[in-house]
Amino acid sequence: MLEGILLTIATAATPLLIAAVGELVVERSGVLNLGVEGMMVMGAVTGFGVALATGSPWLGVLAAIIVGALFSLLFGFLTLTLVTNQVATGLALTLLGLGLAGMLGESFVGLPGVKMIYIYIPGLTDLPLVGKLFFGQDPLFYVSILLTAGVAYFLFKTRAGLTLRSVGDNHASAHALGIKVIGIRYMAVMFGGACAGLAGAYLSLVYTPQWNENMTAGRGWIALALVVFASWRPWRVLAGAYLFGAVSIGQLHAQALGIGVPSQLLSSLPYLATVVVLVLISRNRRLTMVNTPASLGRPFVPDR
Amino acid sequence: MRIELVKRPERSALFAALSPFIALGLTLIAGAIMFSLLGKNPVEALYYYFIDPLREVWSLHELAVKAAPLILIAVGLSICYLSNNWNIGAEGQFIVGAIVGSILPVMFPDFQSWIVLPLMLLMGIVGGAAYGAIPAYLKVRFNTNEILTSLMLVYVAQLFLDWMVRGPWRNPAGMNFPETRTFSAAATLPEIWSASGRANWGFVFAIVAAIAMWFMLSRTLKGFEVLVLGQSPRAGRFAGFSQSRMVFFAFLVSGGLAGLAGISEVSGAIGQLRPTISPGYGFAAIIVAFLGRLNPLGIIAAGLVLALSYLGGEAAQISIGVSDKVVRAFQGMLLFFVLACDTLILYRIRFVGSSAAKTVEGTQNA
Repeated sequence: MLEGILLTIATAATPLLIAAVGELVVERSGVLNLGVEGMMVMGAVTGFGVALATGSPWLGVLAAIIVGALFSLLFGFLTLTLVTNQVATGLALTLLGLGLAGMLGESFVGLPGVKMIYIYIPGLTDLPLVGKLFFGQDPLFYVSILLTAGVAYFLFKTRAGLTLRSVGDNHASAHALGIKVIGIRYMAVMFGGACAGLAGAYLSLVYTPQWNENMTAGRGWIALALVVFASWRPWRVLAGAYLFGAVSIGQLHAQALGIGVPSQLLSSLPYLATVVVLVLISRNRRLTMVNTPASLGRPFVPDR
Repeated sequence: MRIELVKRPERSALFAALSPFIALGLTLIAGAIMFSLLGKNPVEALYYYFIDPLREVWSLHELAVKAAPLILIAVGLSICYLSNNWNIGAEGQFIVGAIVGSILPVMFPDFQSWIVLPLMLLMGIVGGAAYGAIPAYLKVRFNTNEILTSLMLVYVAQLFLDWMVRGPWRNPAGMNFPETRTFSAAATLPEIWSASGRANWGFVFAIVAAIAMWFMLSRTLKGFEVLVLGQSPRAGRFAGFSQSRMVFFAFLVSGGLAGLAGISEVSGAIGQLRPTISPGYGFAAIIVAFLGRLNPLGIIAAGLVLALSYLGGEAAQISIGVSDKVVRAFQGMLLFFVLACDTLILYRIRFVGSSAAKTVEGTQNA
């Protein structure tokens, strides 16, 4: 029972983690992309469609990553090259993504999807208690953990990571040092898009292998909140994602047990929890001030 | 080749006026390409989207029905966005306004008097404003990001409405359908000119609200305060304007207008509460606000354009079998083009070859 709950928590947390870690890199470079929900739903519909057409969930995942990155380029072109307002453009990306995905996926509604096969290592997976948890999950679960570790290492242990953070903290100084601010931001935005696409594919290939246009259900926005919650630190994103996974699985179990609270009110718990958590974090002004990338959301036009 | 932005010495008045039209034109071209890819005749498709709904009087009434909530919400959002408050939860404020405004006709159906309707509208405004006050309070008191909180509250409002109409407010005589009792005549927003179509007084509210907000923004000190605090909070502080009070002002006004839109829609167009009472008006209104260049009078025109896209979506689905899902893709593209074209107001765009770029830089430095 406990093992089962822990496994489902991991399944609920993984898409949030992947999308949030991607967005964390974007925001560390000083760009606020509110289009996570839109990129995620594009990833979900692409992953589902390609896996269905080819029979291979892996090709679906790959296609979702590519589509997520390409879709984010649209945002990049507007905000970085045409210096449009990042908040409005991110919203536009979300609205466009939801619209396009609904259109593209219309013929997928009701079709059985392709489910990604879970890892099975003879001996290890059969271990009591920890076997399934550590050695028997879907492959993307391991990808999400590696991704977190990789991003943490990249940002804080490598020179390129330092450069990226410097662009996010003070783009004028970075530019004066000869760093290509816009180029770095383009790459960060595309990385965020690729991650959001992957997170979307997780939803339509692992979490619930089917398609409906509301399947992201605000997870992209929760991922954005997680980045704030984690005060822009990768391992804290992981902690936050699992916390939210626990809340959403907890409410599902509470619904199944029929504890007398209406299901709709239980379903709104993850969203309310997001608000509460954001309040708790942001009331600590010092903590947020120290960690927020100083150039976050500010447009940059190089002066020549 | 790359693209370079050259800052204009001052805002281009020409492009400020032209950019929404350029954006519309580009959206139509992109739409034509999209329809071709879907295997439809693009000219025919665009005709059904944007011309056909304008050919009959009843259809113009439907246009007003759809435009009313879009304009009401977008006008409020323009105050928010101009003052740099990112309320993206209008959909939630719309729903809560509709729920609070429906308390009288659902719980006291026998209370029938001329005063019912004004009370409902007032309660709708209060409900929407109160729901909008939550992200405002959290922003002012705890420095919490209003984008995320206002959006999260949309999901909460949708789920709450779903519970109300399936649970405590379900019509006792409604065969178990998830809907409330239908509103009595006293609780129904009258039609403007019922002989020819369905348009109700919500559209009048929208026009009045837009004109009032335009007056406020362009002719009063409060409007000046909105603009100053939005463009330069520092300058606003020197002028003695309060940032916190502006946050509340913007959210209360936009929440109240969204709430009014909600109760007007339920009382005028639907006649009862259902699990879903909005085809995404709260989000489409964001597009309306930007297409109208955050100018309340421009928003009237922009609201009609977006309303047309909803109607056209229905028409095209019936006549040429294009899914109504296309509408939202259309609307998303429109916002993208609007934002991109607004760049032309502040910058000139220059395409430079990679070798030419160096000489340009050289001459500018000299």
